[in-house]
Amino acid sequence: MPADSREKILRRIREALSVEAPKRHLGQGGDRASSRPPQEWLPRIPHDLAALFEKNSQDLKTDVRHCRDAAATAAELSRIARENAWKSVASHLFPLGTPAVAALGLPVLLTDQAYSKHDLERCDAGISGCDCLVAQTGGILVTSASAGGRALSVLPPHHVVIASRSQLVGDLSDAFDLLRKSHPSIPPFVSFITGPSRTGDIERILVLGAHGPKKLTVLLVDEEPG
Amino acid sequence: MSTESVQFHHDAERLTRDVRHRGLIQKALGGYYVKRDEQKSRYTDWQMARASAAAAKYEAVNHLDTYLLELTEKLEARGTKVFWAADGAEAADYIASVARNAGVRRIIKSKTMTGEEIHLGQALEKCGYEVVESDLGEFIVQLREEPPYHIVFPSMHLTRGEISDTFQKKLGSAPAETPEELTMIARDVMRQKYCEADMGISGANFAVAETGHLSITENEGNARLSTTLPRLLVSIVGIEKVIPKLDDLAVLLPMLATAGAGQNMTCYNTLLGGPRAAEETDGPEEFHVVLLDNRRTTLLADPEQRDALHCIRCGACLNVCPIFKNIGGHSYGTTYQGPIGSVITPHLRGLQSWKHLSFSSSLCGACSEACPVKIDLHHHLLQNRRNAIANKPVWWEKPIFAGFAWFMSRPALYRFAAPLLRVGGPVLHAIRGRFFDPARLWTATRDLPPPPRESFKEFWRKRNASR
Amino acid sequence: MVKILEKLGHQVEYPETQTCCGQPAFNSGYWGEARAVADTMLDAFRDAEVVVGVSGSCGAMLKVFYPELYHGHAREAEAKALSEKTHEFSSFLVNVLGVGDLGAGLSAKATFHDGCHGLRELGIKREPRELLRHVRGLELVEMGEAETCCGFGGTFSVKFPEISTAMGEVKCASILETGADLVISNDSSCLMQIQGLFDRRGEKIRSMHLAEVLALS
Repeated sequence: MPADSREKILRRIREALSVEAPKRHLGQGGDRASSRPPQEWLPRIPHDLAALFEKNSQDLKTDVRHCRDAAATAAELSRIARENAWKSVASHLFPLGTPAVAALGLPVLLTDQAYSKHDLERCDAGISGCDCLVAQTGGILVTSASAGGRALSVLPPHHVVIASRSQLVGDLSDAFDLLRKSHPSIPPFVSFITGPSRTGDIERILVLGAHGPKKLTVLLVDEEPG
Repeated sequence: MSTESVQFHHDAERLTRDVRHRGLIQKALGGYYVKRDEQKSRYTDWQMARASAAAAKYEAVNHLDTYLLELTEKLEARGTKVFWAADGAEAADYIASVARNAGVRRIIKSKTMTGEEIHLGQALEKCGYEVVESDLGEFIVQLREEPPYHIVFPSMHLTRGEISDTFQKKLGSAPAETPEELTMIARDVMRQKYCEADMGISGANFAVAETGHLSITENEGNARLSTTLPRLLVSIVGIEKVIPKLDDLAVLLPMLATAGAGQNMTCYNTLLGGPRAAEETDGPEEFHVVLLDNRRTTLLADPEQRDALHCIRCGACLNVCPIFKNIGGHSYGTTYQGPIGSVITPHLRGLQSWKHLSFSSSLCGACSEACPVKIDLHHHLLQNRRNAIANKPVWWEKPIFAGFAWFMSRPALYRFAAPLLRVGGPVLHAIRGRFFDPARLWTATRDLPPPPRESFKEFWRKRNASR
Repeated sequence: MVKILEKLGHQVEYPETQTCCGQPAFNSGYWGEARAVADTMLDAFRDAEVVVGVSGSCGAMLKVFYPELYHGHAREAEAKALSEKTHEFSSFLVNVLGVGDLGAGLSAKATFHDGCHGLRELGIKREPRELLRHVRGLELVEMGEAETCCGFGGTFSVKFPEISTAMGEVKCASILETGADLVISNDSSCLMQIQGLFDRRGEKIRSMHLAEVLALS
């Protein structure tokens, strides 16, 4: 393998940085800006996180449905399966969702152990959990552990997230805090999913389902996971 | 004039007369302004958010060695291979050798302007690999063998009819009438490619030093798929992309979405820090990060313009630039278009060959106003001009400005300027518009105001005399 | 401008030794030559209490760019001093003198073009509109592209005349959309660009400088 230029580049950097650059951005109140946490300047988070999450995610064409309990979740998931004529699904083992997935009575590809990406590609839906729901962006935070790996939440054409209300957080900073608390170190794969896949590359007209899922559904469950 | 400059003048002239193109771009960007302003108004203080984002980038760029080392250490701790490439050739060689060693045949790429900068796709194709662009806009221009038109919206200049023609010709697909139909054609093609590819190539928007992650922002999901399904992943990142802390993303990601596309948040924001870990069941088995210099250290060494390295490649400056909107992205003839391109290209590719990009601006300042990380873009254009002239004055301009300076620094002589104009006026008028009028192009649409019967100085003198 | 300032009771001096702010040379990259010209401005205004100008671009040159032009040179302190005491006309009236109503009157439907230097270098947006609000009989409408560059840019229009004209066409189209019969601006070079295009197209619309409008009573 070719040798790299680490030392050469570091030397060039250190030489370049021997002269200080003016801190122009700090003019006009800029020093105040950098001494406060950046969240101060971002949109404010109201108390009702669920309502904010629902509004923001629906604006992006995420389908948010409320489920009172585990039974309601299973019923809702079955309804979605029928609405979309699912023939097979993919999922992973997670307390909030696995009973509902099992109740579908459909073939289930589990991604908790080694699986074939070609098999996953043929599934009609991927059903996963998540780390948290971000109210300010209307988004969902996933890691491999919370969402059955890296591909489950993006390859099948319909992604369903089953999450509990207690998983709602305010903004990205809160999401990062949660990541830090719930994992010994930040995992190698983390993703914020904010709506179904989309593109505006053709005449700036919005089309859903460019490469990732065309549909994103969130089942928001009142009850805590068992 | 350099060949690049001649080409630029030629292309710019042609595009400025193309009213259809002008209308297309205006329409394409119309929705963006509305949505962007809507999003901006939701911030409690957009200007403070800009200063905050600028502060994070300032810290990173001005301690670049520290943060790059921290980033490398954290990435390597997870089994990532980090390669520091001094230039494009080194980067392409390394990536080709990774592909060779792993017996790669098919490569899928997600959008990377850094990769475009070093013509990585072409270099790998020359080595015999199949390289497919997965981003819809990039895929379209790849099929048309055109460069990307805009750093964020590569196919902004094309109509659905043109894209349908391209798909029919190159993919053998049926004619399609709607953007939806066309997108689905590309989606179907791509799904097989993701599953078949041996290697994925991506770029990154940010590189978080604190935790050792690349941050990739996208709407389509093609980057998530390209970086997950193939067994090998190579990500190429400019060294200036590094940011100090994970929490910096809390303000940078929303601002990138707002400034770049008028969105609250882009659809997928993914952090990649390592290959498939022991507890994971998917993801690439090998993960290589190529850190690219390619003359960024040259820009770093210019303290006046160092903040140009703050750029988060959002494209906001392109979207507000009246020059960009009239001459189009291809006229720039280089990877980075618009104001940021006009600032950095002379540094990255040569001052004398590319200075014309810094000169072709009315210095309106809309770019600096739009930049979410407060880069002093339009002033940098002025500085590039000064540097270019100091390095090599234009042979026929120098005497004109020397004459201008000579005359204008002699107030006693300047007094006669107005009477001179009154005499010379009729002569100028007689030759105006004719073949030998050197100002013919300028006077085609402009009139110098007629010299007043009485100049202000004359008026003033008379008034004081009578008091 | 002189008429208005004197009407407000101020003593106006016009140092005759002033020539040009030097911007053409500065924008073209000839900073040495620009300084030679700018030296005459430093001399001419050395003893002035306050310097007021009608042009947004010349105002920006003195206020924003002179400190940059003289950075690291002998007369840097003087340049900074001149910068501090220089004001653009509308900004001076509204922000320094605190006046709004100048007793002016003009019956017309007008739109205001924000000259880029005034807008982005000097932060002037509200002030001209505040002054025009008080002009009796004047109906002010905003155009969609009020803040978009007209394309003149000084030497830019000489070096890249076609791009400049295309930008001018976009501006003129936006003005015409408002249905105004008058376009007002605080920069005469912008007005020259805009009026030139209108004349070529045979449009009846007029253009006037802000100071001209405010002096009408």
